[in-house]
Amino acid sequence: MNFWEYLGSRHQQLLVDAYQHASAVFQCMVAATVIGVLIGVVTYRSDWAGNLATTVTSTILTVPSLAMIGLLIPVVGLGVPPTVTALTLYGLLPIVRNAVVGLRGVDPALVDAARGIGMSRPARLLRVELPLAWPPILTGVRVSTQMLMGIAAIAAYASGPGLGNEIFRGIGSLGSRNALNQVLAGTLGIIVLALLFDAVYVLIGRLTIPRGIRA
Amino acid sequence: MPETAGGTTGATIELENLTKRYPGHPQPAVDDVTMEIRAGETVVFVGPSGCGKSTTLKMINRLIEPTSGRISINGEDVTHIDPVRLRRKVGYAIQSSGLFPHMTVAQNIALVPRMTGWSRPRIRDRVAEMLDLVGLDPAEFHGRYPRQLSGGQQQRVGVARALAADPPVLLMDEPFGAVDPITRDHLQDELIRLQRELHKTIVFVTHDFDEAIKLGDRIAVLRERSHIAQFDTPEAILTNPADDFVSGFVGAGAALKRLNLSRVRDVEITDLPVATVDDPLQTVFDRLRESGTNEILLLDRRGRPYKWLRRGDLMRAQGSLARAGALVTDTVTRDATLRDALEAVLTDNAGRVAVTGRHGEYTGVVDVQTLMNSVHELLEADRLDALEHQHDLEESRAARTHAEQEGGAGGRTE
Repeated sequence: MNFWEYLGSRHQQLLVDAYQHASAVFQCMVAATVIGVLIGVVTYRSDWAGNLATTVTSTILTVPSLAMIGLLIPVVGLGVPPTVTALTLYGLLPIVRNAVVGLRGVDPALVDAARGIGMSRPARLLRVELPLAWPPILTGVRVSTQMLMGIAAIAAYASGPGLGNEIFRGIGSLGSRNALNQVLAGTLGIIVLALLFDAVYVLIGRLTIPRGIRA
Repeated sequence: MPETAGGTTGATIELENLTKRYPGHPQPAVDDVTMEIRAGETVVFVGPSGCGKSTTLKMINRLIEPTSGRISINGEDVTHIDPVRLRRKVGYAIQSSGLFPHMTVAQNIALVPRMTGWSRPRIRDRVAEMLDLVGLDPAEFHGRYPRQLSGGQQQRVGVARALAADPPVLLMDEPFGAVDPITRDHLQDELIRLQRELHKTIVFVTHDFDEAIKLGDRIAVLRERSHIAQFDTPEAILTNPADDFVSGFVGAGAALKRLNLSRVRDVEITDLPVATVDDPLQTVFDRLRESGTNEILLLDRRGRPYKWLRRGDLMRAQGSLARAGALVTDTVTRDATLRDALEAVLTDNAGRVAVTGRHGEYTGVVDVQTLMNSVHELLEADRLDALEHQHDLEESRAARTHAEQEGGAGGRTE
């Protein structure tokens, strides 16, 4: 059975896996974005808090993903919970870092002007600082997503959802007829998904970054 | 608050013993500033960089909280009210405009009215009105982003935003510092025109003394820690600087700068015999003889200065005025500054210039002699005024020192 025949016979299973993979990454990205931006907002005004947030999140990223999932299993069990937890944690770093850098990069004269014309602290944040920091934050989200696409494959190790199952199955039965096809299908699927997501981010950028600050 | 552009006029601002200390600095950044700014007046804080003028300004809308002292606007003590509420009543314009790049011109201007809860149609009208007021076409600039505007246009929008909610007070922190000299000159003229319409209380910070002279009804010359070296009209400061610091800041050419502050209509204009181009030659001769002067001014049919005719020109005219005399090349209006008039007189080979009215019609002549006499009189009057003000200032200072000493016995807290 060549690769195309393999795809033809398994496309249903593959589509389900791809959908679950995308859905897991998407949901974890939403969670990571919300948490990451919140962490950024809370910490960017203080030197040490901002640096602490970036350091902690980058430390998380240095933990090998297989080990992270392995360590989470005794805590949260098998299946979806360790996957979601691990992906969200990994997704944080680029978002937190870009949020802190982006918010700190807002021209102090503009913040001064915002205060001077009588904007309250929340209004300043929502109407001036976050919109101006949004392009770097969105870049962070994009980088995060690319990263999670790959890491999500490891989730299959903890019986998580996604295209990783295909790859693990292939690796587990190396030498058998379909082993290579399985690994290939999983890997290519992830790449296609990553490209699709990236295209969506370009669109989101077009729609959400005001014309006045678009590069 | 009334909604028309000419609606809310200025409010008085009183600063009492305003002091700002930063932790870790032995000297206060602003030390015990007391001043009263009248309603509808433009007061310019001028001083070297780092003298605390900007800090003083920012304490008025409490962007910088004073360490001690009191600020009141229109008699209301605002030292402890909610700063957000205070700032909505006080317009604020800064250097390089401070426009938000992610919002359109209209959105920028609408910010304060929106926050104060105006209705949508009212905000829309107001934005158009404000753009009009600062000389930008609403239809063209409404939807533009700040980066699509020139520096001068951005600054205009900045002023429009500061004035959008019709605050009685406008604070301007070196607003024209970052634009080229020609644009700056335009913007200054524009501000003068605006202020004539609106009568806001404007506090303006600059380090450019010429800008201060041009814009200020009164100028506060500040030295380090925002100590007031002199607080007086531009005329008084130019003619009678309080001390070496002020005269150093005024710089060279104070008398020439003074000429910028007076208009031709303030000085004596002499009369010269005139005739029109339609008068027969004989009438022109007679007028010249009657007046006993050496020269007569020929006007065109609409009464505008046309030609200078001397006795000799008439002799040589031989019956026709067509080729006789010298064409009038330069005139000044009654609204021109004395400096412009002096310039015109100096370049004229006979040392005089014709003064014209609103439609270019002849109203008189200024020459070197009358100009000099008038300027001497002006300077003398200024000097007397300044001496008087200085005397008042010293008296009030003495009274304060006295009060402090009295209070010192009772144990002052600071």
